[in-house]
Amino acid sequence: MNNIFVYCEIEDGQVADVSLELLTKGRKLANEINCKLEAAVIGHKLEGIEKQLFPFGVDILHLADEPRLAPYTTLPHCEVIVKLFEKIKPEVAIFGATSVGRDLAPRVASYLKCGLTADCTSLVFGDHKETKTGKEYKNLLYQIRPAFGGNIIATIINPDTRPQMATVREGVMKKEIYNEDHKGTIKKIKLDEVLRDELFPVQIVERHIEKQKVNIKSSQIIISGGYGVGSKENFDMLFELAEVLGGEVGGSRAAVDAGFVDHARQVGQTGVTVRPKLYIACGISGAVQHTAGMSESAKIIAINNDPKAPINQIADYSIIGNIEDIIPKMIKFYKKNTK
Amino acid sequence: MSFRIIVLAKQVPDTRNVGKDAMKADGTVNRGALPAIFNPEDLHALEQALRIKELRKDVEIILLTMGPPRAADIIREALYRGADKGYLITDRKFAGSDTLATSYVLSLAVKKLEPYHLVIAGRQAIDGDTAQVGPQVGEKLRLPQVTYCEEIQNISQKEITIKRRLERGVETVTSPIPTLITVHSSAASCRPRNARLLMQYKHARTVSELQEETKDYTEMLTNKPYLRIDEWGVADLDAKVEQLGISGSPTKVKKIENVVFAAKESVVLSSDNKDIDQLMKDLIESHVIG
Ligand SMILES: Cc1cc2nc3c(=O)[nH]c(=O)nc-3n(C[C@H](O)[C@H](O)[C@H](O)COP(=O)(O)OP(=O)(O)OC[C@H]3O[C@@H](n4cnc5c(N)ncnc54)[C@H](O)[C@@H]3O)c2cc1C
Ligand SMILES: Nc1ncnc2c1ncn2[C@@H]1O[C@H](COP(=O)(O)O)[C@@H](O)[C@H]1O
Repeated sequence: MNNIFVYCEIEDGQVADVSLELLTKGRKLANEINCKLEAAVIGHKLEGIEKQLFPFGVDILHLADEPRLAPYTTLPHCEVIVKLFEKIKPEVAIFGATSVGRDLAPRVASYLKCGLTADCTSLVFGDHKETKTGKEYKNLLYQIRPAFGGNIIATIINPDTRPQMATVREGVMKKEIYNEDHKGTIKKIKLDEVLRDELFPVQIVERHIEKQKVNIKSSQIIISGGYGVGSKENFDMLFELAEVLGGEVGGSRAAVDAGFVDHARQVGQTGVTVRPKLYIACGISGAVQHTAGMSESAKIIAINNDPKAPINQIADYSIIGNIEDIIPKMIKFYKKNTK
Repeated sequence: MSFRIIVLAKQVPDTRNVGKDAMKADGTVNRGALPAIFNPEDLHALEQALRIKELRKDVEIILLTMGPPRAADIIREALYRGADKGYLITDRKFAGSDTLATSYVLSLAVKKLEPYHLVIAGRQAIDGDTAQVGPQVGEKLRLPQVTYCEEIQNISQKEITIKRRLERGVETVTSPIPTLITVHSSAASCRPRNARLLMQYKHARTVSELQEETKDYTEMLTNKPYLRIDEWGVADLDAKVEQLGISGSPTKVKKIENVVFAAKESVVLSSDNKDIDQLMKDLIESHVIG
């Protein structure tokens, strides 16, 4: 049986969260069809990296370790992956829908002439029957994604090409340790056959990558503000509520674009996907691109002065009124009634 | 020898403004009602080309678009802004192409325009949001690629220096020419139409458009050959039919569901102290907070 493969990204010796999320998903998929989970890390100074990866259920870890492979550039990583795929022929290959993954995966797919589905929000196995030929397929990967600006949800399949390739955004899948004691095997990729000088036409002159400062994904309570919050100053109210409740502050794209709050906090199709136990949407209208990133929250409270705002349709509680009025009341009651 | 820049641009439905008139009674989108626009990031791509043209005298900008006949509109839009020429890549056999088949066709068209120096695409198109076509055209042409360009900082006959916008930062890289670039929305916006160019090109037409028109354009085209927008089909590109359209597309759409707001049973509250206090009390008692 051919295996499930996950491309793992590294920044400063740390495996990216998105890769760990994909390994968690990959492990589940592998168990479902009874195959192994393979992963590759391509970079430099990778000694000991397996300690971060094996607990997530990696059975076979391919390592390509060479100074020229870090930081990431397209062509050498692409070459290493296509040569590896030609050998191990994965059934499924998943990449993060990150600056790196969205640069790399299409190039790999084009080389191998196989299908690639971008920004999947769900990956599950299912069967398929080709209506014309009557040909039946077992355990095809259903790659489910929003399309058309988030207004439709499409299920995409690649019946005849392998690997079945997909990218997934950070925060969309859950990250869960599979087994602390899980041990896989390491396979070192022989690079002298793969890396030729022609693969390094692009040279990095300068690089500034910021550490991720906020991580709203892991927060169980999110107070999110939209354009209706009105100003950066009014957002302070949301930060105060978040602080007393022990949560984080998120925002809609309109609030981010208006400069009320930074991009790392954007929730939605082009931001992060969150599923906290409580999501309070303040002055957010509830466009599909926003709700795509929060509709699975366990409880949703909408605060909006427009009773017709679409957000009210997915909220468990809709408070109709002005945030300036309501949020201070919430803070006050909470402070008074808890220690 | 001139410095040839090929810009790849797509006409897309304006999915950003799914307004009331585009919604059907059942809450789903009526795609036909959405206006067709120049894909936003492709305008940013065009602007990068236009800026290079301002720096160097010998630049020629060619816009390539693959789509139905009405996509000729965006070629005109590009001409009004300073592009020199456009080709409409159109054929029924292209219909249903996924990104792999699309990039195959576009790469054949680019090859036909050799020798070229830069191929510039938008990062992604707002209908599919895949960001795949750029890199895939690059692979098919065996070009290096620089994605997410925010600014072209330097350019010579042999090399280009580009600042890239990444998720959590920026990176400056150099690439030899020819190379493929995709442009990010954080790059400069495209300039508006130029009044003189608008006058010059407003009658630019594809052959199929001319056949629809009642007015006789033959004489005008003889005098002003630049008003002719060429169309390329399967035969012009020598494309292999099995690599086109649905048969050439490894990805298949199994199912499409419209996003319809499934209304939840929701409790409506006012901003009165009574309502807010009761809500907070419930949340604390059910351990959602506290
Ligand atoms: C490809 C694409 C991707 C996108 N990705 C995202 C994404 O990831 N995340 C995202 O959020 N958006 C995204 N968008 C944008 C999205 O379509 C909406 O434009 C955006 O979510 C609207 O933000 P908003 O609700 O804050 O603003 P608005 O739609 O302007 O809504 C403001 C709301 O505040 C209410 N209000 C005003 N004043 C008050 C007050 N004093 N008190 C209480 N309520 C008040 C109003 O009634 C209104 O409902 C994307 C769009 C596209 C095309
Ligand atoms: N049909 C097309 N014609 C011309 N250019 C295209 C076409 N489809 C995609 N592109 C280019 O490829 C980019 C990425 O598209 P996509 O992969 O569909 O998100 C776009 O921004 C365009 O520059």
